Amino acid sequence: MTMRRSTTKMVPVPSHSIVPERDVDKMPVLETRHLGIDFGGLKAVEDFNLTIGKTEIAGLIGPNGAGKTTVFNLLTKVYQPTSGTVLINGKDTAGMNTVQANKLGVARTFQNIRLFGNMSVEDNVRIGLHNQVPYGMFSGIFRMPNFWRQEKKQHKRALELLSIFDMQDMASAKAGSLPYGAQRRLEIVRALATNPSLLLLDEPAAGMNPHETEDLMDSIIKIRDQFQIAVMLIEHDMKLVMGICEGICVLNYGRIIAKGTAEEIQQNPTVIEAYLGRRKEDGK
Amino acid sequence: MKLKKSTINNLISYGIVIVAFVAVQLLQNAGLVSRSLRGQLVPICVYIVMAVSLNLTVGISGELSLGHAGFMSVGVFSGVVFSQWMTSLIAMRYDAAVAAQQETLILVVSMFVGGLFAGLAGVIIGIPVLRLRGDYLAIVTLAFGEIIRNVINCLYISIDNGRVHIAFDNPNVAGEIIVNGPAGTRGVDRISTFVIGFALVLFTLFVVLNLINSRSGRAIMACRDSRIAAESVGINVTKYRMMAFVTSAFLAGMAGVLYGLNMTSVQSSRFNFDTSILVLVFVVLGGIGNIWGSIIAATLLTVLPEMLREFSDYRMLVYAVVLILVMLVTNSPMMRAFFGRILPHRRGDAGKGGEAA
Repeated sequence: MTMRRSTTKMVPVPSHSIVPERDVDKMPVLETRHLGIDFGGLKAVEDFNLTIGKTEIAGLIGPNGAGKTTVFNLLTKVYQPTSGTVLINGKDTAGMNTVQANKLGVARTFQNIRLFGNMSVEDNVRIGLHNQVPYGMFSGIFRMPNFWRQEKKQHKRALELLSIFDMQDMASAKAGSLPYGAQRRLEIVRALATNPSLLLLDEPAAGMNPHETEDLMDSIIKIRDQFQIAVMLIEHDMKLVMGICEGICVLNYGRIIAKGTAEEIQQNPTVIEAYLGRRKEDGK
Repeated sequence: MKLKKSTINNLISYGIVIVAFVAVQLLQNAGLVSRSLRGQLVPICVYIVMAVSLNLTVGISGELSLGHAGFMSVGVFSGVVFSQWMTSLIAMRYDAAVAAQQETLILVVSMFVGGLFAGLAGVIIGIPVLRLRGDYLAIVTLAFGEIIRNVINCLYISIDNGRVHIAFDNPNVAGEIIVNGPAGTRGVDRISTFVIGFALVLFTLFVVLNLINSRSGRAIMACRDSRIAAESVGINVTKYRMMAFVTSAFLAGMAGVLYGLNMTSVQSSRFNFDTSILVLVFVVLGGIGNIWGSIIAATLLTVLPEMLREFSDYRMLVYAVVLILVMLVTNSPMMRAFFGRILPHRRGDAGKGGEAA
């Protein structure tokens, strides 16, 4: 088994974060400042400060219920934050909705897969390409030349994207009938189709066997290199997180308890405590 | 390849409709169509268009709309007024004989005008209604359908020397009255024909099938299947729900014009909740999202009450029993297996994502 232990050097940037050295001169793809949300008094996320470099693979980990998916929902504007700001490619996203956030470059997958199950694999990707191949309703209904041109382009691009995961042969299969792992991969392809600069993956390896997880790790790195985008992932599979994430951020009870490289996180006593609890004799 | 397959399916759909039309025309020429059935030909076209357009809202876009008759009624009254106005203009400019020759043109233009008015009503109603979901949306569309009916109930419209007068709750309008409040339209030239009705059915199929198999249609279905996922890939959900709703209203308006110009007099009370439900029954019986089912159900259920005329008092009872039986039979696993055996290629397509045929 090959571990892709990252050898990237991480350097400090504002908002007490670190990014890979190669990205430090570039505009960070994501910057959050004192981001927080409370649901009727319950502070689900609080004072969340994070910067992600332009081509960084970042991990967001933490025990169940720590608020990881809430962070994703804040970044994609499914929830509006009650405090703090989110900057995507340097632009403030205050008051934006999910659609606008996507157009700024944030794409995501879901913890519980949300594919369009009754449609074909290709149609799912085509829906992801929605804003990449613009033609209006009337060109569509009256089959104008623009319709044929754009449909052809869309078809070609969809197959190209599917080939990342070698799924082009399944293009006409029904999305809902795919095996679980393939559905997860299709969701990544659909998110990639929106031409993002930040890809948020919510437990991409959940339900995959070790072999599939290995392939997924290679694919995530390949996607990052090929598209030159940043990837942020929530994952419980520590082999995946420690293997490919350059910067890792640990969340517990809605607060960041540690940030750093894989080695640093593994040594961090607060993180160990959050995951494993405290020894009785150590405490009090 | 996907594109080719859907195009072929669409062509087959048009082909079957055309064959059915030719068959009816031949039977009619041979004198084999009974008088009562001949009177039903235009209403059949009207209800097919109504059912297919409602299927766009209910099946493809996934909103349960209970006010579809309201849009039909907007189409009826705007279309009838427009056609009478256009006729009087032509008669003034040339003479009445010219207007009589041009009735197909008048009918077609009126259908588009009626469609535009209904589409406009769709926009106005859609803005508040499409903020709601599920049961709430159904209830509010029901209410809007009733509002439209009651507003038209109070309208008095007349034509005086080529000018249209509209009065609200005041029967004393100058000139020849065309819409007479609760008494409805009056003295309409019956210019609707089966040929134009058939053309409208083809047009509706063309619009709906092409819309489904395009970028916009995929976006509409994406919003139906998962709103959150659709938004996450940058689809403006409100825009596409509105698109489906307004297109559906437009087509219902066109069907309304055809209906209004098929009768000398139509009252707005005819387009009540019962009519909306009737169209919804066509859609549900034919299979939600299944365009073909809507066509067949609309045809059969329009003809059925006429055929049951001899049962007189028990007519609606038999109608209800037939409805229940059809639902039971089409849902039984045995019948499904039977249909699966005789129509193997349809198993994967029927009712899935609105693929027709």
